[in-house]
Amino acid sequence: MAMEPQSILQASAFDLGKALHKGETTSREICSAFLDRVEAVDDRVGAFLSIDPEKVLSAADASDARRAAGEELSPLDGLPVGIKDVIAIEGESLTCASRILEQFKSPYTGMVGNKLLAAGLIPFGRLNMDEFAMGSSTENSAFKKTGNPWNSDHAPGGSSGGSAAAVAARQCPWSLGSDTGGSIRQPAAFCGVVGLKPTYGRVSRFGLVAFASSLDQIGPMGRSVEDVAALLDVISGHDPMDSTSWAGELEPASVQLHMPHEPGTLGLPREYFGKGIDPEVREHLDKVIEAYEGLGYTIKEISLPHTELAVPTYYIIATAEASSNLSRYDGVRYTHRSEKAADAVDLYYQSRGEGFGAEVKRRVILGSYVLSSGYYDAYYKRAQQVRTLIRDDFLKAFKEVDAILTPTTPTPAFRIGEKINDPISMYLADIFTISVNLAGLPGLSMPCGLSSKGLPIGFQLIGQPFAEGALLQTGLAYESRHPFTAEPEL
Amino acid sequence: MQERPEVDIDKLAMLARIQLTEEEKAAYGSQLADILGFFQKLQEVDVTGIRPMAHPFEAEAPLREDVAGTPWAPGRSLSNAPASREDQVVVPKVVEDA
Repeated sequence: MAMEPQSILQASAFDLGKALHKGETTSREICSAFLDRVEAVDDRVGAFLSIDPEKVLSAADASDARRAAGEELSPLDGLPVGIKDVIAIEGESLTCASRILEQFKSPYTGMVGNKLLAAGLIPFGRLNMDEFAMGSSTENSAFKKTGNPWNSDHAPGGSSGGSAAAVAARQCPWSLGSDTGGSIRQPAAFCGVVGLKPTYGRVSRFGLVAFASSLDQIGPMGRSVEDVAALLDVISGHDPMDSTSWAGELEPASVQLHMPHEPGTLGLPREYFGKGIDPEVREHLDKVIEAYEGLGYTIKEISLPHTELAVPTYYIIATAEASSNLSRYDGVRYTHRSEKAADAVDLYYQSRGEGFGAEVKRRVILGSYVLSSGYYDAYYKRAQQVRTLIRDDFLKAFKEVDAILTPTTPTPAFRIGEKINDPISMYLADIFTISVNLAGLPGLSMPCGLSSKGLPIGFQLIGQPFAEGALLQTGLAYESRHPFTAEPEL
Repeated sequence: MQERPEVDIDKLAMLARIQLTEEEKAAYGSQLADILGFFQKLQEVDVTGIRPMAHPFEAEAPLREDVAGTPWAPGRSLSNAPASREDQVVVPKVVEDA
């Protein structure tokens, strides 16, 4: 028994699970290989906010002991999974990359954390992100910058930039992110990994720090469609602790993935292929379309006419919900408390002024504006009405097509610093991913090649509600024929 | 760029309960006016009779069975409190002396 560390880093999570099952390696060997990799490269990548090697190894030893004792184990028992620092696991930090939660330790484990632990998965460090998941480059982290593993001058995307970079840099086999407007799919595209935003309600939000509650979903990021399907199945399912959790039947995606299926019809929304797309992204998308035609899929042009309204609609709804959700960080019960406060009310002002970073302040203030008396109908209510129009565009499209194919982002990864002082230009980085959250649909981002500068390019498949299995099958059809095998040099 | 609405940054900082420096007020005031200008696009849409959407899959709020559970011990709830005493969070005095 023994697997070379290099082969461990190269293997998919699925193959590592098989190797464990066959006794070709141990959880300790796997976790040690990834811990050594973090030690070797994370000073250049900056994906991890923290990691406790002793805790990881002791969980690995416990898994190996379960296996040695002949216990019935999940096929994933003993595999490490990187966690975005926004998902609660008892005793671990939960900073959300914010000064206001710098000292916070989770007093409980949320539903996703419980499901990971029940499957024998090992939480592997806390991954960097934009503060409270607000941003598209991970530059809004209060603690550190994360570089794109393909070129450290470029952003890894965001807000789940640490989760994407860690997988791309082989610092963990897979990871969890969260996606409110593209925060899994956009960094997945920028870093050359597979990322899935599940249908709203498929994965419990109990234990996910709330940003915009009607849009947030936790989802898996990995190196293959098969891995992403397996991790999705671990975290999916109804939870009475989340009132928006879906109580209906769910087909396990990893079972459906390998069932026979007929190539269906893919819709190309003309609004997603217009001005503003980088020519290299367009070229790669044309090749993806050709590939699907070659696989027998029917390609059909469609229209999602309210697309251009998605970004302003999103930023009204998301900031309104955020201003309400973030009112809990008050300096009183569990956050940073300012030393400067003159009285109880000043405690709120000073603690929040010191604890929040620039983008969080901007969004909370903006949210307060759109909800304030006299503006509520003109902004918030109107945005909710336009949200209905955007959702109806998709429902109409799905009468003609099985899934929708788009670029994930208009350009490959932009440079760190390029957009940080221009909020609107940063918001437009999510133009192709935002509508999917507004409509509550599942969205999958897959890598499809490298730009001439060596940066990954991704495409997005948008599916019907709770049809993740079919969506992942469509992704797998492409991946089987056109695997993304390039590796960043680190 | 479309019409730039007026932004009273002091009032907004008050609503949001966030202390801002003078530099922050100047920067955010101007950025918020730009962002609100960008939002004006929505004013051109005819939304007559369109239902506002609060959630992707609107269902009635589900109710759980009313079953007694075990509450957290105070120490657990207070484990992250910046200041506590006798199982209570300590805050600055909120009433004036008589």
